[in-house]
Amino acid sequence: MDTEVKDIVSAVVEKWQGKEDALIMMLHEIQEKFGYIPRDVALDLSTKTGVPLARIYEVITFYHLFKTSPPGKHKIAVCMGTACYLKGAPQIVEKLKEILEVEEGQSTPDGLFQFETVRCLGCCGLAPVVMIDDKVYGKVRPDQVMDILSEYNK
Amino acid sequence: MVVKATIDGIPVEVEYGTTILDAARSVQVKIPTLCKHPDLPASAACGICIVRVKGNNKMLRACCTPLEDGMEIITNDPEIVEVRRTVLELILSNHPDECLICGRNNNCELQRFAADFGIREERYSKFLRDIPADVSTGTIELHPQKCILCGRCVEVCQEVQDVWALSFLERGFNTRISPAGDIELNESPCVKCGQCSAHCPTGAIFEKDDTSKVWEALRDADKYCVVQIAPAVRVAIGEAFGYPYGTNLTKKLYALLRRLGFRAVFDTSFGADLTVMEEASEFVKRFAEGRGPLPLITTCCPSWVDFMEKFYTDMIEHFSSAKSPHEMLGVLSKTYYAEKNSIPPEKIFMVSIMPCTSKKYEITRSDEMFASGYADIDVVLTTRELARMIKQAGIDFNNLADEEPDHILGDYTGAGVIFGATGGVMEAALRTAYFFISGENLKEVEFKQVRGLDGVKECEVDVAGRGVRVAVAHGLSNVEFILNKVRRAKEKGEDLPYHFIEVMACPGGCVGGGGQPYGVTDELRIARARGLYEDDEGRIRYAHENPYIKKLYEEFLGEPLGEKSHHLLHTKYTPRPVYVR
Repeated sequence: MDTEVKDIVSAVVEKWQGKEDALIMMLHEIQEKFGYIPRDVALDLSTKTGVPLARIYEVITFYHLFKTSPPGKHKIAVCMGTACYLKGAPQIVEKLKEILEVEEGQSTPDGLFQFETVRCLGCCGLAPVVMIDDKVYGKVRPDQVMDILSEYNK
Repeated sequence: MVVKATIDGIPVEVEYGTTILDAARSVQVKIPTLCKHPDLPASAACGICIVRVKGNNKMLRACCTPLEDGMEIITNDPEIVEVRRTVLELILSNHPDECLICGRNNNCELQRFAADFGIREERYSKFLRDIPADVSTGTIELHPQKCILCGRCVEVCQEVQDVWALSFLERGFNTRISPAGDIELNESPCVKCGQCSAHCPTGAIFEKDDTSKVWEALRDADKYCVVQIAPAVRVAIGEAFGYPYGTNLTKKLYALLRRLGFRAVFDTSFGADLTVMEEASEFVKRFAEGRGPLPLITTCCPSWVDFMEKFYTDMIEHFSSAKSPHEMLGVLSKTYYAEKNSIPPEKIFMVSIMPCTSKKYEITRSDEMFASGYADIDVVLTTRELARMIKQAGIDFNNLADEEPDHILGDYTGAGVIFGATGGVMEAALRTAYFFISGENLKEVEFKQVRGLDGVKECEVDVAGRGVRVAVAHGLSNVEFILNKVRRAKEKGEDLPYHFIEVMACPGGCVGGGGQPYGVTDELRIARARGLYEDDEGRIRYAHENPYIKKLYEEFLGEPLGEKSHHLLHTKYTPRPVYVR
């Protein structure tokens, strides 16, 4: 691991004085810096705080917010709120899984997409809704998914 | 302070802080428990131990709720039984129905409850998790699909053993036991002690079954199968055949192993006598002659060796280079024994029956484990595997007549057999080191200070006018205290806190080993150890007085720490850092 990364971890640990109960705060800052929590950074954090790596992973995997792999370039969020769910969001999710060949919460191997589901985006009138980065797609049908994605395949 | 209450109408008086569960036990009320293990703190994970306080509809978990003054506890009424049954059914709805082909069949805590509660149908639809098995260590296997998330393995791995190989990852339905972050166990700090497998209530963690390799060898007319049994096996195997705890079945085991088809039956306790000779000589060299660093640390336990190679690499110079008893015996079977009996060593197939899962790892640990020119040990079986073999073979074990071991590698002393209990290696080595230093035997042969189940035992013993400070630890979480003392003294250049340290990874030592019959508690550890100490009392007490050990040195090895001993009986250690726990 390069020294720059190590320095970032050191600064985070120093800020929170390496206290075990500040583990979540340290993980937040690390995720903010790297977009996720790389394994070697988690290891370095474990060494510097004395918190066992197993405990760090217990925390990272318990909270959905923390990621263990780099996020994709474009974030796809399929709304699974009640209205969207009833209007066919599960079929959209299935279609996306089929096309992207990844599960929810994962990024595609080419790093282009990050695939997430969310609860209610607040535009139930457009159900079912898919949001990619800041752009909202309403009344999406499974057969439109490929076309929507192709806008980002550049 | 004393708490007075009633449990099912029976008056009970217990110390303040006693749980309802323990209080109930004291008046012969048995509340069912599944996640709770006597070795471990309550995790309150399963909910099967629920009880009720009279006048209150809320159900309490007996395992983690302290009894309070004036409580009127009800442990059993139709509603309580119904809730318990529902809890059980919900657990079963996430558990595969593979009982007939599961290693824990007939020996599973969950299965027992399903039987006791008369579960006859599955009212809830099955939801099984598709998590692959982890067989990477070759010693213990993880089958997370069978896991009921009781947390015993995680607790024992993290807190009792301080290893931190296992953890609970994710949450809710997705919760699973796993090493940190999608790595396999062999990439984790796992030291293969097997305590997780000994504490698992189901078949989720299980020893790798090597019995088929042994059956195959026994049926191969070209192989000359020989076997050895470790000290701790003889006092635990009886539990699988209805004997009282701690019954010593050494001589029945010899008879049994011959019936199974082994051509020669040896005893690891003989190997232990030999380990004493080499290790005591090392100690004398370092302590009395000032050659080599102190303290000397024992290395019979492969999990401890693995732990040290990962986390205490600065202690390598303190490690005894003597191999563990079964490895010494293994190499001698393919050299000394083979020569004396004109058997081609390549035909010899050596099986070790051990209380231990880690011994399966040890036999390929380093090049020195092939000192005979072949694998010194071919297969390691745990006590649990041997019990299964006995049952498969259709031998009436309980009614077998006693037999004796085969000579030159089978006759042992009391010093060798106590190796199976915490403190035993230290005691046996001190008896012989005393003789080596002073030229005479101890007047009081027993070192009671190093016996028993205290996590750390320290004492000073007089050896020919010089005080020898010793420490004994068992349960790996107790190691840090001792080794930190040594580190501090070394840093400051102070007097060493100890001259001689014994470590065994499992609580209680090998009698409490990860490969022993299920259901271990301190009561069992004490009973098994007592069986070994009684064996000691009826025998020659000193390894150096074993006539076959003397013969071995005269005819073959020369002298302890001599050239031949060094080549065959000693090993090296290498730092194997994984990651900081």
